[in-house]
Formats: sequence, C-alpha cells, structure tokens
Amino acid sequence: MTAADRSMALGLRALTRIAGSDVVDRLGVRKPAERVLYRATRDGFKVAGRAGRTFAAGSRLGRPARPRPSSAAGTGLFDLTLDDEQQMLVEAWRDFASARLRPAAAAAERGEGAKEIFAEANELGLTMLGVPEELGGAISERSAVTAMLAAETLAHGDAGLAVGALAPAAVATALALWGDADQQARYLPALVSEDVPAAALAIAEPRALFDPRQLETVARPAPGGGYVLSGTKTLVPRAEEAELLIVAARVEGGGPALFLVEPSAGGVHVKADPAMGLRGAALGRLRLEEVTVGANALLGAADPKVYAEAIARSRMAWAAIAAGVGRAVLDYVIPYVNERIAFGEPVSHRQAVAFSVADIAVELEGLRLVTLRAAARADAEAGFAREAALARSLATEKGMQIGSEGVQLLGGAGYIAEHPVERWYRDLRATGLMEGVLVV
Amino acid sequence: MINLEVPRKFGPLVAQARQVADEVFRPISRKYDREEHARPVELDMLAALIDGMNDGSDMGGAGAAGVRRSANDDGPQGNRNGSNLSTALSIMELCRGDVGLLLSVPRQGLGNSAIASVADDEQLERFAGQWAAMAITEPEAGSDSAAIRTTAVLDGEDYVLNGEKIYVTAGERADLVVVWATLDRSLGRAAIKSFVVERSNPGLKLDRLEHKLGIRASDTAAFRLEDCRVPKEDLLGPPGIEVTNGFAGAMQTFDNTRPLVAAMAVGLTRACLETTRELLADAGVEVDWDVPAARQTAAAADYLAMDADYEAAYLLTLQAAWMADNGKPNSLQASMAKAKAGRTCVDVALRCVALASTLGYGEELLLEKWARDAKILDIFEGTQQIQLLIIARQLLGLSSAQLR
Repeated sequence: MTAADRSMALGLRALTRIAGSDVVDRLGVRKPAERVLYRATRDGFKVAGRAGRTFAAGSRLGRPARPRPSSAAGTGLFDLTLDDEQQMLVEAWRDFASARLRPAAAAAERGEGAKEIFAEANELGLTMLGVPEELGGAISERSAVTAMLAAETLAHGDAGLAVGALAPAAVATALALWGDADQQARYLPALVSEDVPAAALAIAEPRALFDPRQLETVARPAPGGGYVLSGTKTLVPRAEEAELLIVAARVEGGGPALFLVEPSAGGVHVKADPAMGLRGAALGRLRLEEVTVGANALLGAADPKVYAEAIARSRMAWAAIAAGVGRAVLDYVIPYVNERIAFGEPVSHRQAVAFSVADIAVELEGLRLVTLRAAARADAEAGFAREAALARSLATEKGMQIGSEGVQLLGGAGYIAEHPVERWYRDLRATGLMEGVLVV
Repeated sequence: MINLEVPRKFGPLVAQARQVADEVFRPISRKYDREEHARPVELDMLAALIDGMNDGSDMGGAGAAGVRRSANDDGPQGNRNGSNLSTALSIMELCRGDVGLLLSVPRQGLGNSAIASVADDEQLERFAGQWAAMAITEPEAGSDSAAIRTTAVLDGEDYVLNGEKIYVTAGERADLVVVWATLDRSLGRAAIKSFVVERSNPGLKLDRLEHKLGIRASDTAAFRLEDCRVPKEDLLGPPGIEVTNGFAGAMQTFDNTRPLVAAMAVGLTRACLETTRELLADAGVEVDWDVPAARQTAAAADYLAMDADYEAAYLLTLQAAWMADNGKPNSLQASMAKAKAGRTCVDVALRCVALASTLGYGEELLLEKWARDAKILDIFEGTQQIQLLIIARQLLGLSSAQLR
C-alpha cells in the first residue's frame, strides 16, 4: 500500500457515512414544513433508542488497534494543501454548519432543538474520525488535522452546538489512542454506531487558576481492586444525557489519570451548569460521590505522558474552535461594515474600522496556522507540547480580541442579540480557558 | 497533505545559514553597530558562499534573487517547495544573526530582488553578479510612492533622470541602483518606471549617509540625480505608459519581497527569544508548555505569549513564500506576514529588553541592539499601516480611492 493509497483510506468511511445519511439530502431542502416533519419523526425515534443502553464487551481484538503515524511528513515537503478526503469532508461539514448549526444556534442557547442537531450530527460520522478501521472507525492514520478541521468548520456554524456534537468524538478518539483492547471492545462499537451515545471528557474543575495537573477530584484505590472517585467536574457538555464519561482524577499517592465512568453505575450527580457562552452544548456540572469503578476503568495505565497528551490535544481542539468562530466573526463584519453608512459613506472607508478588520484577519490566520502545525506534528508523532501551548495562547489572547472587535465593529447593534456577534464574543472567551471536552 | 515543518531538502541550507549567523555575523555584530558606515569587509567572502548557495538549484536559493518566478513555476505540478521558501528560511537564520549585516551582504540587495522580479532575460544576464540597491523614497514621497517627483525624460538613446532619492539601503556600497522615476507626473502611477543606474554614473551623486536608530552595519544613502543619463535598455519592464496596470509591474517586486522582509523580522524575533530564554533560565525561570500561563511566573507567561506571536509570524511568512513557490496569488498573505512579523519583532524585542532588565538595556548583550534594529522591519518595504491598508482593501473589496 503506497502512502497515497493509505491517505485515500482516511476519511472515506466517514464520507460514506455522510453520503448514506439523509442529512445531506435534507441540506438542500429549504421548505420548512418538510424539515419540521422530519424532526417530528426523529424525536419519537430518539427517545426510544436512548432508553436503557448497556455497554457490553463486544468481540475483542488481540491487542488494541491504534492509528498509524501520518504519512504526510514522509514527503519531507512543506504543504498547506488539504488532501482530497479532507476537502470533501470540510465541504460536507461546512454545508451542515451553515444550513443547520447557524440557524439553530439562537434557539439552542435557550435549550431548544440541540438534541435534534446532535442526532443529525451523529449521522456525519464524527465519532469515526479518530478511530481505526479495525474498530469500525474511518481512519488508518492519525488524524488530528482532520479532527481540527471538523472542529473549526463546525464552530463556524455555532461553537456550542459544535462542542456538543463533537463531545462523543473526543471520547472515541481517546479510546482509540489510549484504550486497551477490552476498553475499545466495550465502548467503541456503540460510539461508532448510528446511535451514538452522549459522552464527554470531563477534566475541568470549578475554581480560579484551574490547572489540569492539580486536580481535586481524587481516585482512591478500592480494597478489592478498582477505584473510588470523588470530586466535582464543571462545564461538561451534554452532561445530563451522558452515557459515558472520561473523568480526570488524581490517583491517591500518584498523579492525574483518566477514568472511564458509566454514570448509570451510580454516584454521579448532574446538574445544569450554564455559562457565559457555549450554551448550545448544554453544559453541566458533575458531582462524583464515591463512584466505584473497576481496575479496567483506568485509561492509558495512568501514564503521565498520556495525560499530558490528552491535555495538549484538547487545547488544540479549542484553538480550532476559536479559529472557526473567529472566521465567523470576520465573515460577518465584512459585509456589515461595507453596508453600514455613517457620515455619508460606508464605515469601512475609515481606517480605524478597516484596520480593525485587517487585524482580525491577520491574527485569525496566525492562530489557524499555529493550530494546524500542532495538529500535523501530533499526526507525525513529533513532539507537539510547545505548539499546542502556543495555539492555546493565541486562542486565549487573539480569540478574545477577535470576539471583542467583532462586537465593536457593529457598535450598538453588536450588543443586541439580533446579531450573532455578541454570542461569538461570549463563545470566544471560552476557547482559552476550557480544558478537556474536545480532543483532536 | 498538511505538513508545516522545514522541508527536509532545505535542512543543509538552513544549517549552513545558521552557522553563518553564529560564526560570521554575531561575532562582528557589535563592531559594526559602533562603527556606523564602515564597510564590513568580512562579508565579501561570505557573498561568494551565498552565490554558491543560490547556484545549488535543487537545494533552493538563499539570496535576493530567489524571488524570481520563472515560467515553469506555474501550472499544476503538485506541491512545490522552491526558492521563495528556501530564501525565506535562510533569511530567518541569517537575521537571527544580524539584520544589518544581512542587508550588507554584497549582491543581496532589494535592487537584486527587483531585477530578479521584473527584468527580462537579457537584462538579467547583463546585471548578473552585481549588487543592486533600491531607490524609491524621496523627501516628499515615502509610502505614497506614486507621488515621486524624480523625472525620466527620453533623449535619444538615453533616459535623463533628475531628482532626489533618500533611504537607499546599501546605496553607497552597491554596484547598481534601481531608481524609480516618472515619465510624466501628470499621468500618476502608470508613468512610474524603474531604471537600473550604474553606481559609477556621474549623474548619480551621493549626498550623505544617514545616522540611524539601528541596522547601523547597513549604509543608508541619499542621492541627487542631476541629468543622470541612463541607456534606455536599462529600463526594467515595459517602456510604455499603460494607464490600467503600469504601476502593477513595479509593485510586483513588493509582493515578492514582503515575505522576505517578514522573514528578517522572524529571524530577529527568534534571536531575542532564544537569548531571553537563556537569561530567564539563568535567573531560575523555566517556561513550561504544559502549565497554564496564569500558573507560571509573569516572566514565563510573557515569554509564552511572545513565543505564540513568533510562531504565528513564522508560519504566516512560510505560507506566503510557499504560495509564491506554487504560483498562487499571495498579495494578501504576503501583507499579513509582513504586518504580523513587523509588529511582532518590535514588540518582542522591546519586551525582551525589559525582561532582561538592566542586562537587556546594556551594550554587553545584543538585545538592546536588536530592539533598535527591529523598528525598521515594521517600516521599510511597506509600513505596518500600509500592510493593513492592503489587507483591508482586499478583504473589503475596496479601491484605494474608497479606503485611503
């Protein structure tokens, strides 16, 4: 198999999933009545399908399957071209983001319609993007770049909904990267199925100066093997409907580690945890009270490298979200400042306004390239701690700046919810402080 | 497929440039900063080396001529890593050494880039092997290069040039000066042409050399052109006045050289960050990529933020150069790279001086010099404000009459 052949395999299965889905057909349908009809059917089905899922150990591979390092670096050439599959996937995601996420964003902030959107998003095969073919996923090679493109492109539609839609994919990717054969066999079949369970990677805890390496959630070794988890996790997407969690906890007498937790096992309390933005993600707070898990719940054998990598991959994903929302801001303000007349001419004719637009574009492009390099290095199995940290730094500083400029350029109108820039202002503040949740 | 690492084939070139920076430039940096206007003779030998780097075509170019877009650069031949990228990479390394000295390397002037960009094949051959400076700015025409007053009048087989030119980098030392002049001031930018003037031309009179904030190793000349006769075959580009896009040809040079000036800024930024990181480590501050910035010392957090801006400038620059190699229109990306790299290098250099505090401000180290050198990189080849204008006009679809 040549490098080119292998690269062809990437994404093809995800594309097949998209092609077979009626979401794509419906993207072309503009008649509201038909959409409503579709949604009604969908609602009834989903509730039934959701009830009483149990994760059962499926057929197990002899050893865990992992995606291979990317062959992109093999050419030894600098290249900013997406491969054909990535281009096709991005186009499909872009359609979905503009036809479904953007129009649904405002209502989703009020808690309306998000579940339907997540169900539709499942048909895009997002959970397959980080999972090898042997395990029912779409890839053979590591695909942080593709996952980054998914986060960026979907966030252009709406960040909150994108985060909610991608949350189960983060769990699937984590299992593919760090799960053992038993863990992969138990959870991945459901995650790559057509009825994807809500799942989330819960790392953040509610306190100032939160550092993911200094966790207060603790995993106490249980007498008969296994662990007992206690602590609080915050800003967990779709927490109330989550069927599977990956929870970060400090192993008593050791460092931080990741644990697979099925909330149905008991001891997991959930409540809504609404925040400044990302409201479409249905953020929730988890309180773990003496949650008992087996020894087989420990992901990645408590290897500190695995934990550090999870944090870095999550920061890249958030930087990708910032790039997507930042692009949405830029795309929105350009026509606005060209059409808004003040003092007899479009406000865009003033340097103070035009330079602000240029600054958004410059910082956005920088943020995007830095994130892209971090992801490509992860795929090539080169070190990426520095690059991920820099992507995060830009997502924090420039993301905030872009969000603020976006509102400013619209003036008073920017402050009114009639325009989406106020939502992006709120969403962009998240991208520099969130930990976990997403993984590329 | 996405890969944003230094191309493997340019590895030796980059390593060589890095060696030049460390072994040739750095040891004489302070000397020529103090001895402003003294010619850095150490660079004559180096020039031959860089000529050699350019000839190894497979390895990619390393000098000012690397910006030429040959016909076979076009067309869908797959991904190409050519001389724009290799030149940007080697300039970064060399300016990690010293920007002023890079500007003083014989035969690597902006005039050489202009010739490489717009000369025909005959001219290219005729001017080969010569050092060419660039003379655009006048006392009354800086960023507004369409306002230049230097005139060129055809008289028999010669153009006769009259006017005043300032801020000519390497103007004293170069063999040739590429002079911008107008054929007819009433016709605006369309009438502006560039002429290759021999430095020895008696009509090209050196007025003075400037004393500057930084890049003192590089000479900055002011000239008067007094009935300066230039053979008409030394006009670069088409001789006619095309009202529609005559100016575009002259400006094309800038599309090609902006990523290279951005590369200079990236190199200087890298030098500041490397030195500062060592100084911070000496002072007991380690930068940790895994720890949130707010959980580190203010100095480490500052460093992280500067490194992030550096990385953005670095990749924007490589993107612009890569697009040029692949025949993609890159005017927008070239200006983004120049804008980001220009402001980043000034910001980083000044902040690094502050972080190194008294040590940073003193002449014992080079940080204070780099902070002085940095400022020109956000000014020449299009100021920050000019880059923002170019970017904004493109994004907003506005003309220069609408967005002034």
